[in-house]
Amino acid sequence: MPPIISRGFRGRRDDDAPSGRVPPGQYVTRDFPVLSAGPTPHRPLEQWDFSIVGEVDNPRRWTWEEFRALPSEEVTVDIHCVTKWSKLDTVWQGVSVDTLLDGVETAAEYVVQFCDGGYTTNLSLDDVTGGMAWVVFGYDGEPLEPEHGGPARMLVPHLYFWKSAKWVRGLRLSATDEPGFWEVNGYHNYGDPWQEQRYWGD
Amino acid sequence: MDALMLDGNAVAGILQEVFAVEMTTAIGTCNTCGVTDQVGALHVFLGAGIVMRCPHCDNALVTIVENGPRVWIGFAGVRTLQVTV
Amino acid sequence: MDWRVAEVVNVVAETPRAKTIAFDVPGWPGHRPGQHVDVRLTAEDGYQAQRSYSIASVPDGTRVELTVERLEDGEVSPYLTDELRPGDRIELRGPVGGYFVWEPAQGGPLLLAAGGSGVVPLMAMIRARAAAGSDVDTRLLFSSRSWEDVIYREELERLGGDGLTVVHTLTRSQPPGWAGYARRVDAEMLAEVGPSLAELPGVYVCGPTPFVEAVAEALVQLGHEPHRVKTERFGPTRG
Repeated sequence: MPPIISRGFRGRRDDDAPSGRVPPGQYVTRDFPVLSAGPTPHRPLEQWDFSIVGEVDNPRRWTWEEFRALPSEEVTVDIHCVTKWSKLDTVWQGVSVDTLLDGVETAAEYVVQFCDGGYTTNLSLDDVTGGMAWVVFGYDGEPLEPEHGGPARMLVPHLYFWKSAKWVRGLRLSATDEPGFWEVNGYHNYGDPWQEQRYWGD
Repeated sequence: MDALMLDGNAVAGILQEVFAVEMTTAIGTCNTCGVTDQVGALHVFLGAGIVMRCPHCDNALVTIVENGPRVWIGFAGVRTLQVTV
Repeated sequence: MDWRVAEVVNVVAETPRAKTIAFDVPGWPGHRPGQHVDVRLTAEDGYQAQRSYSIASVPDGTRVELTVERLEDGEVSPYLTDELRPGDRIELRGPVGGYFVWEPAQGGPLLLAAGGSGVVPLMAMIRARAAAGSDVDTRLLFSSRSWEDVIYREELERLGGDGLTVVHTLTRSQPPGWAGYARRVDAEMLAEVGPSLAELPGVYVCGPTPFVEAVAEALVQLGHEPHRVKTERFGPTRG
């Protein structure tokens, strides 16, 4: 039985979004919904670090001060959540993953983002290099709030937003692809919103 | 404390749709800390999918991902589940 | 457990922000006090939103009543409170949630702590208690913003007595001459209002997540056994 239409129900979404920018099945919102797989971590900055580990000749590690001293940039991107909301022209401040991987020697083809709270998500190295990804610490001109992933989260806008881990603490490079938290539990291993790769088998 | 958190009871609907029996009073054992609790007392987080966590050690016990009639339920953190049918 | 069609029978204002919507749900199997339903709304273009609401009424054939508080920035609640008219249809799934249920046969004493619209499932328990003619020692500690925002105010006044005590705390504004509590629920208030620990009371707490967190923590501090405290956090919802 198809769902009953409720007269006059529209929901809260933006109607006049430019069509070429909205992937199939998505609705544009002006809000910034907070979704989380677990409790919000509150790691003090003096205990925070970011590491590049795994299949690398020279693992790297930055304290918060060292990380903030790296060259950073402002980026404006559209983001797409698998739960169907998209938000256009979001403005972030962060460090390009290319900067973090500069000089890192590796034969690895895959990377796992690991985080406070234990969340993980996997990508190919190609998906986070060449200007495709950032570790961001600012949103809309302000420090990134804990509920949105602060002090720092990943930003990988060409994929569904579960591939941009909140509370990220590092990248583990690997020769093999290691499906992460949602990838083992029903969500698509790659997650391209333009091909609507939301779930297993899509 | 997390302002986003719900109780296991909040996902009673989807659980009953899948299991066809009352699930919020089912009793689960966490495979990390070994504590048992009613499903209704678990901590629920709404992320890309639903995550139910142990109220004692935060271990992710159950994940639920829905795509219309297809539902994926992961029980990675549950050692045993006691249900009344 | 399928989605059922529910047709609006009538809509009644409880307070400036809350309304009780009565539905006719063909095939309704009945429900237990404290259970809830999932509500699903579908727009013409297929967009869907889903929320959970506690059932306010006692079982009455195919009639199901929900009391909904309009959230300022809500996506679903303003539609339910401002738009729905008799004859309109939505979808319900339920009843569900055997965890947060109290029935008169379970006995007491009972401590019910409500934050705003968290009173709804507790009211279902109170109404079931009244319908059964029960005199179980029941204390409702009810936190609201102001006197005008107290949902079910008159009915609670009428039902008071025969073992039911209703204590209000008004956190934002109080009417002239108000001699009652005027602050957020805390351990001291719970100790003053609730039954003694020795009586092994059953405790049910419902409301927004921060309210439930604060009350649950205070109860544990006072020495209540965690397994005797049932919580229903409203929190934010999906989508």
